[in-house]
Amino acid sequence: MRDFEYARPASLADAASAFSGGGEAAFIAGGHTLLPAIKSRLRMPDTLVDLAGVAGLTGISSDGDRLWIGAMTTHATVAVDATVAAKIPGLTGMAKLIGDPQVRNRGTLGGVIANNDPAADYPAALLALDAIVDTDRGSYAADDYFQGMFATALADGEIVTRVGFRVPLASAYAKFRHPASRYAVVGVYVARFADGVRVGVTGAGPGAFRWPEAEAALATDFSAAAVAGLPLDPADLNTDIHAGAEYRAHLAGVMLADAVKAA
Amino acid sequence: MQTRLTINGNAQTREVAPATLLVELLRDELALTGTHIGCDTSQCGACNVLIDGQSVKSCTILAVQVDGKAITTIEGLADGDTLHPMQAAFKEAHGLQCGFCTPGMVIAGIEIVRRHGPDVDAATIAHDLEGNLCRCTGYMNIIKAIQAGARAMGQTGASAMGETAHA
Ligand SMILES: Cc1cc2nc3c(=O)[nH]c(=O)nc-3n(C[C@H](O)[C@H](O)[C@H](O)COP(=O)(O)OP(=O)(O)OC[C@H]3O[C@@H](n4cnc5c(N)ncnc54)[C@H](O)[C@@H]3O)c2cc1C
Ligand code: FES
Ligand code: FES
Repeated sequence: MRDFEYARPASLADAASAFSGGGEAAFIAGGHTLLPAIKSRLRMPDTLVDLAGVAGLTGISSDGDRLWIGAMTTHATVAVDATVAAKIPGLTGMAKLIGDPQVRNRGTLGGVIANNDPAADYPAALLALDAIVDTDRGSYAADDYFQGMFATALADGEIVTRVGFRVPLASAYAKFRHPASRYAVVGVYVARFADGVRVGVTGAGPGAFRWPEAEAALATDFSAAAVAGLPLDPADLNTDIHAGAEYRAHLAGVMLADAVKAA
Repeated sequence: MQTRLTINGNAQTREVAPATLLVELLRDELALTGTHIGCDTSQCGACNVLIDGQSVKSCTILAVQVDGKAITTIEGLADGDTLHPMQAAFKEAHGLQCGFCTPGMVIAGIEIVRRHGPDVDAATIAHDLEGNLCRCTGYMNIIKAIQAGARAMGQTGASAMGETAHA
């Protein structure tokens, strides 16, 4: 790999100043998106700022109707954490479906949502679970945070610190995994709250999105039958070497029904 | 950058260039060539090592990122001439053909025992091998080997954290 400087700050303030030390900088969390990107020269940072030693970026806690997960928390930790399983078992199930055991041992919540890959799993969960994304500079509602393919509300050098998921009455995630990459060809996260239902879809379009027609149908009747045959317009969906838009639209319906049944 | 490493029980501090991958440090600088590079794109698991007991693809982590941590490679498992129970099980159950994927499979297998215990079933093993590719065996004997190795680790009380040899 091309040479770069490496900084290992212990605080958010030191991380911010290491980031703005000159040249192109990048934060590194688990490195399971960034290092492959550096190897293939999609990214050529001059400085890597490692968030692993920064205080306050890990930990899982529940507070009122929110479950808070630190940005540096790995998928493996979320998959086995007792508080997550007690509060939002759907999130436990989702974490277990990310990548493979080695990816889950390194990959982090903050890394996924800062990167916002259109086939990543967490963005569907954040949208469905009405999440709040806290950063070193402020906070965002998930609905405002995700802004399409690899785009988020984060400013250059802004650090995700934690995510607060709203605890639902019930929720589940269903994913059609790409058999080789294990990313979502289509994934649907469904969450039922006292005041309505939220549905987040990933993999299908240029970025994760909510599915308002499914939310409305499920709010009056939370059953797979209520959304059977519900159309999703393929015009807004992705066609690539893995799957066409029509197929993705169909899969979204199947994953939606599976998630509703599992919730 | 000064980096503190404990590799197969040997603690050392080394000057490491930040762009060095852990697998490059192991193979090119420390001559621990049992850790293989099958793809270099985070897919195959031939490069798996244990870092504080967790299996990690060493082609997708920088050497400087393991500062202060304990790394166990395939070379660190056997106790002299006595194979680790998981290695012995691969030999007994014909869990390898060309052997290229085997170091990563053995490491993944040891972590499967840490996660699921010695009585782990075949379906769980198959699921947890998603990050390991083998182009020879068709996986069936690998799964059998890991299951046999798990039972043997339960009986011998072998550590699932690695580090039997020089700890
Ligand atoms: C083989 C393989 C399979 C995978 N399968 C899946 C899958 O099925 N589903 C899925 O969702 N993902 C999958 N992933 C991706 C995995 O979840 C990544 O770990 C994740 O996308 C990025 O997390 P990271 O901690 O590794 O981030 P890094 O690679 O370290 O960073 C990614 C980006 O986010 C930035 N960043 C990191 N943390 C922060 C922060 N706290 N604040 C601001 N910016 C930050 C970095 O600067 C970088 O630009 C897979 C990866 C691999 C290699
Ligand atoms: S060489 Fe590391 S995963 Fe293939
Ligand atoms: S034994 Fe040849 S790749 Fe697995």
